[in-house]
Amino acid sequence: MKNLFIKGILFFMAVLIVPTIAFSANFIQVKGSDTEVNVVQRLAENFMKKNPNVSIAVTGGGSGVGIAAIINKTTDLANSSRPMKDSEIAKAKANGVNPIGAVFAVDGLSVIVNPKNTLNSLTVDQIGQVYRGELTNWKQVGGPDLAVTLYGRQPNSGTFVFFREGVVRGDYSGKMNQMNGNAQILEAVKKDPGGVGYVGIGYVVDDLGKVASGIKVVDVAKDSRSKAFTPLKLENILNGSYPISRPLYQYFDGNNRAKVEAFIKYELGPEGVAVIQKDGFYPLTDQWKKHNAQIHF
Amino acid sequence: MPKSTSKEGVLSSSRGTGDWRRVQDRMIFRFFQFNGILSILILLGIFFLLLFDGFPAIKNLGFSSFLAMTWNPTSYVKETYGLGAMIISTLMVTFGAMILAVPVGLGCAAYLAEAAPSWVRETLKPVIEILAGIPSVVLGFLGIIVVGPAIARLFHLPNGLNAVNGSILLAIMSLPTIISISEDAISSVPRSYKEASLALGATRWQTLIKVVVPSALSGIIASIMLGMGRAIGETMTVLMATGNALNTPSHIFDAVRTMTAAIAIELGEVAFGSDHYHGLFVVGFILFVMTFLVNLIADLVLSKYQEVDR
Repeated sequence: MKNLFIKGILFFMAVLIVPTIAFSANFIQVKGSDTEVNVVQRLAENFMKKNPNVSIAVTGGGSGVGIAAIINKTTDLANSSRPMKDSEIAKAKANGVNPIGAVFAVDGLSVIVNPKNTLNSLTVDQIGQVYRGELTNWKQVGGPDLAVTLYGRQPNSGTFVFFREGVVRGDYSGKMNQMNGNAQILEAVKKDPGGVGYVGIGYVVDDLGKVASGIKVVDVAKDSRSKAFTPLKLENILNGSYPISRPLYQYFDGNNRAKVEAFIKYELGPEGVAVIQKDGFYPLTDQWKKHNAQIHF
Repeated sequence: MPKSTSKEGVLSSSRGTGDWRRVQDRMIFRFFQFNGILSILILLGIFFLLLFDGFPAIKNLGFSSFLAMTWNPTSYVKETYGLGAMIISTLMVTFGAMILAVPVGLGCAAYLAEAAPSWVRETLKPVIEILAGIPSVVLGFLGIIVVGPAIARLFHLPNGLNAVNGSILLAIMSLPTIISISEDAISSVPRSYKEASLALGATRWQTLIKVVVPSALSGIIASIMLGMGRAIGETMTVLMATGNALNTPSHIFDAVRTMTAAIAIELGEVAFGSDHYHGLFVVGFILFVMTFLVNLIADLVLSKYQEVDR
């Protein structure tokens, strides 16, 4: 019964996909992270202008969706704002996919609050307590007397996973509103004086490098003894003083490397970096350059 | 063989044509029979697919783990598979929608059937049908940018993404079903009932409330049940507009996450064949049973009302 069902789906997909591939060998499908979708879309547009014979389609859905797609061979490139888990890599290998993750940009994951909130900085630990639901009023961390409303992402989001592993280190409070994307978190925090959210830096910075109106980016300190740093300054990311910066990955199938190599090289080149920085994200630190060198980029 | 075939045979003068018509009749009969059986097979197929794919999760985790309150299969600390909070959320949003939609829908249906001049009826009915055609994602969008903020402002809440927001949107979605079926039920109340009531000196209002509505009641109840079936299964709108919090809601202004939203959010990234994957089929199965029961009740009530009508 199940086999029949799977075969049916595979047949259906084959009918849909085979002609697409046959007619456009230069078609690259990119799926995944909601944090990366805008910047990769822009990179793809610029790349297509220079290479008119290639067409690239970029869609979001969340890192989990992208990773599931690379495992199931339904995408060429999976945008992911978190590394693939060992179990996911094993599953991909079992499926005949050899997933390789290039890092094309660095994100200063930003904690945002409403400008009416007088608070300017938090420690990683305090953010964790807030998101675990242990602190429910801003005055408990030195802010105004206002109830906290939590805005976060859904479990298929890489940002949800990264923030949970790195900052919350426990389960999110059951009261957290799980929003569909970065933009929705931004809009909710704009309207909610007690709201707090986390989004990729690309969503808080506009084309001119200014913070979007209606929100405030909180400075974050590693612990109570250290100074708090803002994710808005390049050097804080490059020298690692902002504690919740993270690499943005793009996973591809190593057995099918040729298809995406030119695009990834373009992203890592000077023109790509210019686009990435214009969107608010940061170029690679030495650590991630080394990572890429290991996989021959 | 259906009766009609033999009748046709008698009516036709030529024997040859009669045979051909019989064959035609039989083919058409078989065609309709095939369609009927096909839809039953599809229904059974879905039922058993959900049952078989949900079963591994029940076997591995035990049925009791699904009786807990919290659904958090991707938890950092400990995975939980409780359906409680989701079922409560689903019912809360659905019943909220019915509380809003039933009075409006019945009022509208009664007006259309009993009071509206014909040109009003001719304009309103197509408009209501258009309402049924609005894509649910558009309603979800309205929930985020219009209804939600309005609720937040009205009740001084931090945000409007909650059960009430979902209920209002689902009420809009189930209105067309409720209105059109209730209107049918009300207008098919025999004229003689109304005439008798009016002749006894009752006003039009008294006639409507005491005679027409009670005699159309089973049709009205069926319309409510069908509207409810639509509301329970709705996914996109609630996913967008209700805030999706894992907690068990204790208040109508709490953020809720319905069963449909959980499936839609999680099925995209879940590892194929894991407990989480099969667990989502259990959610689907319970949801299927819930909608099936609602529709079954609607159907039973509706068939009863048709008997009364004859």
